[in-house]
Amino acid sequence: MIINGVTIDATFAEAFPMKATRAIITAQNEKWAMIAAQAMTGFATSVIACGCEAGIERVLSPDETPDGRAGVSVMIFAMGGKGLAKQLETRSGQCVLTSPTSALFAGIESDIKIPLGKNLRYFGDGFQIAKKISGKRYWRIPVMDGEFLAEATTGQVNAIGGGNFLVLARSQPQALAACEAAIEAMRLMPNVIMPFPGGVVRSGSKVGSKYKTLNASTNDAFCPTLKGATKTDLSPNIESVMEIVIDGLSKEDIDNAMRVGMQAVCDLGAANGIERISAGNYGGKLGPFHFHLQEILA
Amino acid sequence: MSALTFTLKYQPAQRVDLSPLVCQRLQGLALGDIAALELQSGKAKLRVDELFDITGDDAQHIIIKNSVAKLDFIGKELESGTISVEGDAGAYLGMGMKSGEIKVSGNAGLYAACEMKNGYLEVAGNVGDFLGAALPGNKMGMKGGLILVKGNAGERVGDHLRRGTILIEGNAGDYCGSRMTAGTIAVMGSTGRYLGYAMRRGTLLLWNAPELSASFNDCGSHTLAFLPILFASFKSLNSKFAEVSVAFNRVQRYAGDMAEIGRGEVLVKL
Repeated sequence: MIINGVTIDATFAEAFPMKATRAIITAQNEKWAMIAAQAMTGFATSVIACGCEAGIERVLSPDETPDGRAGVSVMIFAMGGKGLAKQLETRSGQCVLTSPTSALFAGIESDIKIPLGKNLRYFGDGFQIAKKISGKRYWRIPVMDGEFLAEATTGQVNAIGGGNFLVLARSQPQALAACEAAIEAMRLMPNVIMPFPGGVVRSGSKVGSKYKTLNASTNDAFCPTLKGATKTDLSPNIESVMEIVIDGLSKEDIDNAMRVGMQAVCDLGAANGIERISAGNYGGKLGPFHFHLQEILA
Repeated sequence: MSALTFTLKYQPAQRVDLSPLVCQRLQGLALGDIAALELQSGKAKLRVDELFDITGDDAQHIIIKNSVAKLDFIGKELESGTISVEGDAGAYLGMGMKSGEIKVSGNAGLYAACEMKNGYLEVAGNVGDFLGAALPGNKMGMKGGLILVKGNAGERVGDHLRRGTILIEGNAGDYCGSRMTAGTIAVMGSTGRYLGYAMRRGTLLLWNAPELSASFNDCGSHTLAFLPILFASFKSLNSKFAEVSVAFNRVQRYAGDMAEIGRGEVLVKL
């Protein structure tokens, strides 16, 4: 398949099951809601070493938030429910509770509840106050700037992590420009996050390593400097490869995000140095969810 | 199906215990069986059809017409369905109710919604003392649900309140919120003396400055984030509390009762 001069490989992205949650952070204004959200989702690019993958889903207008203030919705993905709960608690406690004027609310409904403000309340040292409003429990925790309001729990749902595609370009600036265009389009899609810095990862990994202690290492088949030194997947004219990783609540959500992202890359096309779109395919070793690029773009 | 309607034939000489006439106890009974039920009235037992004309067949929707203040225990331990009282209700209205809805068009007596567990109770007129309170000797009053009083409430509103919300559009008497352990009481009108007497935790939300005991300490003026959420939860009510203009998030906060653990609060609109 070739779109606007860009070859779409007949391959699939391989993704794996994860547990996910969503929280809504509000603050006095969008600036401070975003600061809290960025802090909470920092150092959360990959489960390989961060414990979770997290990102900002979108900015919420005051009429979309529970307390009528500006807000940001964030999503956190982890390999298991226990890890997810731990990450949510530590990140909420260190990054949202501490952030001026912030409040924290559940962002997703589910029968499985994980603590949001439920354990943070102990920071109140006995001065915390519970309020049950319309069936939901909130904690009011006295803090130095006033009161930190946090919903007791949020939902935990099954989700998918590791949806991806690779942008293969004739130069590094062209690869980055294409990825930036893709991310801009993908950020408008609901229920997905792109957890890497700016949504783009330049160090895609393969499963396993020659070193026993590592379970992931550089994806040498897509490293342009190794074209003559390893079993490469790159043609001579490709000088740079970048990857966009997508975590989403369902296969459809990831399908949709990949579609608009790849479409944005193809819109730039061969004229802007884009040669191919491929995907992280690990021969079935990584996960049960397969996202076939050509089917998504069909 | 039409609502199961009990129309009072005459004013009884003695008080009547109406606790058998709740939705879950009448469900599946024929009109004849309902008519034969006995109600305690003073020392006597009265058949239901001695006191009421009975029509309708939907036991999940009960209407009590021509109701008077001598009919006690209406909706006692209600588990589901709705009870509409046209007229006044006696004492112990909605006592221990677990779910469902009770609406009274007139006034209600003592101990309305005492030890209520959940559900919704609305009184268009006034209520007597001990609204949402614990029964004498008991340590836990209302544990959940919502009470709306459009008129005034008597003394000891929410005595031993454990959880849930009491909304009063009018005035509340003395000892409002006494011995509360949690929950919320909102009063749009005035409140009496000894507000929040021996309250441990919980919130008294007031539109007018109260006469506070010396054991309540001023914590200053604040903008509280939970108030907009609380007011938003009242939006579906047929009440002044649902009006956008009555909502506020700026309050003077008083902590008390310091003669107890002092974790309660009185919030007064600024």
